[in-house]
Amino acid sequence: MLTNEQIKHIADLAHLELTPAEEVKYGEQLSAILNYIDKLSEADTAKVSITSQIGGLVNAWREDEVRPWDREEVEAALAQSDTDEGRVKVKRVL
Amino acid sequence: MELNRLNIQEARAKLDSGEITAQELTEACLEQIAATNDRLNAVLTLCTERARAEALEADRRLKAGDRGPLLGIPYLCKDNIMTKGIRTTAASKILENYVAPYDATIIKKLKTAGAILLGKTNLDEFAHGASTENSAFGPTKNPWDLDRVPGGSSGGSAAAVAADLCIFALGSDTGGSIRCPAAFCGVVGYKSAYGAVSRFGLLSMTSSTDVIGPITKTVADAAIVYNIIAGSDELDATTYQGERGAELNHDIAGLRIGLPAEYYTGGLDPEIKAGLDNVIAKLTEAGATFGEVSLTHTDYGIPVYYILTPSEVSSNLARFDGIAWGFKAKEAKDLQEFYRKSRGQGFGPEAKRRIMLGTFALSAGYFDAYYKKAQAVRTLICQDFDNAFKDFDLLLTPTAPHPAFKIGEKSNDPLAMYLEDIYVTGASLAGLQAISLPTGLMDKDGSKLPIAGQLIAPIRAENNLFRAALAWEDKIKMNKINFI
Repeated sequence: MLTNEQIKHIADLAHLELTPAEEVKYGEQLSAILNYIDKLSEADTAKVSITSQIGGLVNAWREDEVRPWDREEVEAALAQSDTDEGRVKVKRVL
Repeated sequence: MELNRLNIQEARAKLDSGEITAQELTEACLEQIAATNDRLNAVLTLCTERARAEALEADRRLKAGDRGPLLGIPYLCKDNIMTKGIRTTAASKILENYVAPYDATIIKKLKTAGAILLGKTNLDEFAHGASTENSAFGPTKNPWDLDRVPGGSSGGSAAAVAADLCIFALGSDTGGSIRCPAAFCGVVGYKSAYGAVSRFGLLSMTSSTDVIGPITKTVADAAIVYNIIAGSDELDATTYQGERGAELNHDIAGLRIGLPAEYYTGGLDPEIKAGLDNVIAKLTEAGATFGEVSLTHTDYGIPVYYILTPSEVSSNLARFDGIAWGFKAKEAKDLQEFYRKSRGQGFGPEAKRRIMLGTFALSAGYFDAYYKKAQAVRTLICQDFDNAFKDFDLLLTPTAPHPAFKIGEKSNDPLAMYLEDIYVTGASLAGLQAISLPTGLMDKDGSKLPIAGQLIAPIRAENNLFRAALAWEDKIKMNKINFI
C-alpha cells in the first residue's frame, strides 16, 4: 500500500502537479495494481539474465556527421514555442 | 455499391482499368466520414483539401500509365504518427494544437506510393488503453453497437475500417493496440515484428515493444500495406537491416500450428473458443496440423508488461515539459512550477497513472524489485516462445477473452482494463509478429458482435503467418457491417 507521502514523492519526481483528490485516487489505484504485479515475485528468475534487447537487433549506426535538416521543417518545429532570435525561451530557473 | 466499401485489391482493379478514379474513391470516403463520424468519433482531424490534391495527383499518375499497389488508395492514420503540416495530437490535451513539422518515414513511403491521407484517427491518449475511452477528445464508438467500445488503443482506425470510412488504416501496437480493436470491430489487424517497420515519427510510448502495422478489410490488404511500409530506415536505429515482406501464398499444406494451453483457460468466452475450434477444423482440412504446446509463464505477461510499459512511458513522456511544444500552463512563477502545472493539467488520468507507476518502478530502492525483476521474467516469456517455435511454425490463440464491452464498463477500474491485454502482451514482449482475424459473430445482449483469433509467428516468418491467415480467410467468411 502506497502512503500519501509516497504518492507525493512520486508525483514530485515525475514533475506532475496533482490535486488532493488525485493523490487519493492514484494512491488507491496504484496500490491495487502493484498488489497484482507482486505475483512477479513468485517467478523463479535465478537462472536467467534480464532482457535488455529482443530479437537480436543490432544498432543501425550511421557516420557521426552533422547533416542539415530541411529548413522549412526546422522553422515549423521552432514555431511551436516562444522564441527569441531563434532561441527557445524558458521560464526563470531561480 | 458505394466505393468506400471496396478493399484495396478491389479498388486497385477498378482504378487500374479506369472504371473509377482516385478522386471518386476519395470523395466516397469523405462522404462516409461526413455521414457517420458524428456518431462514431473515429476521426479527429480531416485533411480534405490535401486529400483531394493527392487524389488529383494519383489520377494524373494513373492516366500516365503509372501503377503501384497503393496508388490512389485513401487511408486514415492513427493520430500518434507524425504527418507534416497536419495536427498530430496523440488524443492528448497536451498536444491539442500541435502540428507535426515533418512526416514519419512510413507516411513518406505511403506518399511516394501514391496513397491518399484522409485524416487522423482517435486513440487512447498516447496509446494508453484497450478501449479508446482514454482519449481527451471523447471515446470512439464501435460501429457494431454504438454503446460499446471499439477496443484500443487504435480504436479510431479499427472502427473507421469496419465502417468503411477509408480503404485501410494505420495503427500502432505496443501490447495489443492493433489486435484488440481489430478483434472488437471485426477487421484484420497485423502487428509487425519488432524492428520490421520504421518508427521514425511514431510518438514513443514503450520503445522496447512499440510497432506500427495496418488495419485492413482483408488479409491480402494487410500484406500489401506491410510490403510498402516495412524495411530498414537509417532514421530508426532499431530497424532490421535488409528487405522485409510477405508473399500472398494460400497453400498451408504441412504447416504446424501450436495451441498454447494457457491461452484457452480461465475467462475465455465459450463462443470464442468455439470460433477457434472452427478455425482448427477448417485449417486442418486445408492441410495444417495442430498440437498442444505450453507457454508456462503466460500468467506473468500482464504484470511484466505493466511494469515495463509504465517505466518506459514515464521516461518517454518526460519530454512533454511545455517548453518547445505542446500545452503551456499559465500562472507559473518559476520553471519547476511551470513543468508541474503544464504536465499536471496537460496529461489525462491514464497517462498520469502510467507516469506515476513507472516513476515508482524506476525509483531508488524499487528498481531491482520491479523493473529488473520484470525484465528477467520477460526472458522466461521469450524462452517459452522460442521453445514452442522449435515444434511449431505458428501459434493460434484468442485475441481477446470476450467481445467488445460496454462504454464505461471498465473505465473506473484500471486493473480490469489492463487484464484485457491477457492474450496480446506475450507476442509484444517477445517482439514477435501476430495477426488478429475475425472468426465470426456472437450474440451478446441483443447485439451481434465480432469475435476473433490470433496467429503468432517468429520475427522473420511473415510468409508462414500470411499463408495461414489467407487460408483462414478463404475458409471462414468475414462478416461485414453496412454502417450508414
